[in-house]
Amino acid sequence: MDGEQAQRDDSDMAASSSAKHGADTARAGLYTAVLPLGLLIGLVYCWPAVAVGEVLRLSWPWIPAIDLHLQFRIDGLALLFGLIVSGAGVMVTLYSAGYMAGHPRTGRYFFFLHGFMLSMMGIVTADNLLLLFVFWEGTTVFSYLLIGFDNESSTARDNARQALLVTGAGGLALLIGILLLKTAGGSYTISQWMADDNGIRAHGLYPFILVMVLLGAFTKSAQFPFHFWLPNAMSAPTPISAFLHAATMVKAGIYLLMRFHPLLGGTTAWMCTLVIVGGITAVWSALQAFGPLDMKRVLAFTTTMALGMMTMFLGGRTAPVLTAAATFLLVHALYKAALFLAVGIIDHEAGTRRLDRLGGLGRAMPLTALAVAAAAFSMAGFPLFFGFIGKEIMYKAALAEDMFPLFATVAAVLANALMVAVAAVVLLKPFAGRRPAALPAVHDPPWTMWLGPVALGLPTIVFGIFPEWVSGQLIEQAVWAFHPAREEVVLKLWHGFNIPLLLSAVTLSLGAVIFGLRHPLGRLMTGIEARLPLSAGGTYDTGLQLFLKSAKATTNKLQNGSLHFYLTIVLLVLVAAVAWPWMQRGVLTIAWPDPADHFSALGVVVVIALGTAVVLVAKNRLMAIGGLGAVGAGVALVFLMFGAPDIALTQLLIETLTLIIVSLVLLRLPPLEAAKKRRTYRRVMDGALALGAGWVMTSLLLGVLQHPLDRSLTAFFAGQSYLAAHGRNIVNVILVDFRALDTFGEITVVVLAAWAGVSLIRKTKEPS
Amino acid sequence: MRSVILQTATRLMVGLIMIFAFYLLLRGHHEPGGGFAAALVAGTGFALFAIAEGPAKVRAAVRLRPTLIGMPGLAIAALSGMPAVLAGKPYLTGIWWRLGDAGGGALTIGTPLFFDIGVFLAVLGAILSIILGLEEH
Repeated sequence: MDGEQAQRDDSDMAASSSAKHGADTARAGLYTAVLPLGLLIGLVYCWPAVAVGEVLRLSWPWIPAIDLHLQFRIDGLALLFGLIVSGAGVMVTLYSAGYMAGHPRTGRYFFFLHGFMLSMMGIVTADNLLLLFVFWEGTTVFSYLLIGFDNESSTARDNARQALLVTGAGGLALLIGILLLKTAGGSYTISQWMADDNGIRAHGLYPFILVMVLLGAFTKSAQFPFHFWLPNAMSAPTPISAFLHAATMVKAGIYLLMRFHPLLGGTTAWMCTLVIVGGITAVWSALQAFGPLDMKRVLAFTTTMALGMMTMFLGGRTAPVLTAAATFLLVHALYKAALFLAVGIIDHEAGTRRLDRLGGLGRAMPLTALAVAAAAFSMAGFPLFFGFIGKEIMYKAALAEDMFPLFATVAAVLANALMVAVAAVVLLKPFAGRRPAALPAVHDPPWTMWLGPVALGLPTIVFGIFPEWVSGQLIEQAVWAFHPAREEVVLKLWHGFNIPLLLSAVTLSLGAVIFGLRHPLGRLMTGIEARLPLSAGGTYDTGLQLFLKSAKATTNKLQNGSLHFYLTIVLLVLVAAVAWPWMQRGVLTIAWPDPADHFSALGVVVVIALGTAVVLVAKNRLMAIGGLGAVGAGVALVFLMFGAPDIALTQLLIETLTLIIVSLVLLRLPPLEAAKKRRTYRRVMDGALALGAGWVMTSLLLGVLQHPLDRSLTAFFAGQSYLAAHGRNIVNVILVDFRALDTFGEITVVVLAAWAGVSLIRKTKEPS
Repeated sequence: MRSVILQTATRLMVGLIMIFAFYLLLRGHHEPGGGFAAALVAGTGFALFAIAEGPAKVRAAVRLRPTLIGMPGLAIAALSGMPAVLAGKPYLTGIWWRLGDAGGGALTIGTPLFFDIGVFLAVLGAILSIILGLEEH
């Protein structure tokens, strides 16, 4: 159902693409491809140095007090990821200019897209863990905005929120892990991990660090049991899905596991967790890929499968195992981005991407069909395609896993066989066979759109035939970046007759069988998913609903709209919080001042008392307001008498303004008589509380006066006010000079509060 | 309900109140006053005007939307801290200039004056938006 909703939304967008308006912003979007292109060229420029083992570093201070520096590092691993991110970025940007043409919010789209891409580049090049975390959160926020890009669809909004909550929670876990790592004596600087093994693995905090870091990586890379958000995130526009979920975002978790491998990896806990979680994720998602009819959803499940495989191999600690993870990363990025972009083309041209409504498109869109064929053959792992190389090294690795080699091998064969079948479905169903009559006439899209799938499909063949080149120039340095032992890394097309080759043959035949059984398997999976007593997605929904319900209940209880209730709570807390510790300490010495010393003030006290009495007995609101005004004016007079003209002036002015505002509001309320119906005992209780609060404040002030005042601050300001700040009015000088930053904060609050107030006033106006 | 007495008195009073507010704003550094107090006085003046003549007239007289008074006020206050940064001192440190030194009657003008003007505008914008919003309700 989600899929159908997303389907309709996306095809609406595609249908509006013929509209002329917005075409200009789309063209402007085309030019923004300069940004990823520049990054790509920069990385290619660094490539020769990195390929021979150099590490390029850049550093600027940002917040030295918390060890946060703008440190960047380009080593083999950063280069591999950076090339994938920027390369896919160029293709997706070009593609989007065509795909999004005519969409009203194209500008926002490209901003989010590039914001996301820069965050991702930041993650893979950051040399400082806190900086990495900042970028990590950046990808979370931008992916939220991109998944929910179609913000008028409630499905898209829900899915975006799901992705945000799951990956955001993981981000917090990662932050905790990073801080614990620092506590355990680790460094924020990634470069220093490689230099020396600082015994984090033996530290008492290691289990906690491990759990937190793995939580961060697993949520981001959609590992079981956090896998459910990724297929739902397909409600994003298709090029975004290609970028976020095939090439970049979900790979951030994999990147994290690779980066932390030299520091945290290699222990039993690390290996068990990664192999088992990765294996389960891979097989379970590969099975689920047979359920849906929406091509994007099918691809999403295969993405989760791929992430599971990489996680599983990162559980090892020898060169072949880690090479399998790094190689498959590149294999998968190439074929998956090409497939996603091709699905976008099909959707754009044919108006649907449901497998049961597509067929026979091969003749009409040959370029797209060729690109998909290259990608699908790579995905299935046929010889001469890059996927074959990836699969061979995978089997070699699975057999060499330190932990559960049998489980790993079975999981890898099963998941790959399922991939063969999915690849066949994705290639054959839309492009071969008979064309359904309902399909409109289709043709290949403009070059900006077919360039992506073709340019990504081509390397899958080149790398498949010349794997030595890619392993020597790229993969080896990437593996060595997180594998300090630096064992040799070689990818070869032909290894001779051995067990991996046998397993490859088994995989292809098993895949063919599964392809034949795909319909019963799909029905079986849908049935199983519907009957599962406990599913991760369901648990998320229940949890979210419980959370919202409890938040609503708490809010309704505390913020019930009764001012009387609020005041009662505030005063009760005030009285209790002041009186309780005071009584405990037993120092309640109060010396009443001699009235003779302050004879003139007594008159003012009488005025204040009379004003209060007027408020209490007032029969209408105007009278009560007047009484309050008298109280305020009396207080201002007290300030004046005791030598604080500034405060007196402000008090008097505030009092006047309050009077005006209060009369504007209160005089519109129903007459005061209605409020008098409060029951007698409630009135007695209110009175007691008021007297209590007054008593506490009075005795507090009198008690404070028993202690000598510390006048050193007063002396400082009195001495410095004119000399340092050219002002004789100490109060004002403090406000605008000595403590100007505080004042700035206060006026910001004033302006924002007024803004909020005006919105509230406007809102109450609407119903009438 | 419009009162002729109030309207006539207001016409005389409002100008005086505004001048007084301006006076309070400028004298604040040495005598009681300052941006906050001045904004309260000016706000009260506008409130009086609004009660006598209605909020529409106040809007016409002010010309700017209250938000367009408050926000620039914040901006002026924020920018008044920048000269100190440019001079290599901590943000918002007071920087002073002496203008004309004839006969010992030099006029010293400093960034705190601009900060105070920012405070004045920010608070005035806030008061105006609330009062006009309530009056129009």
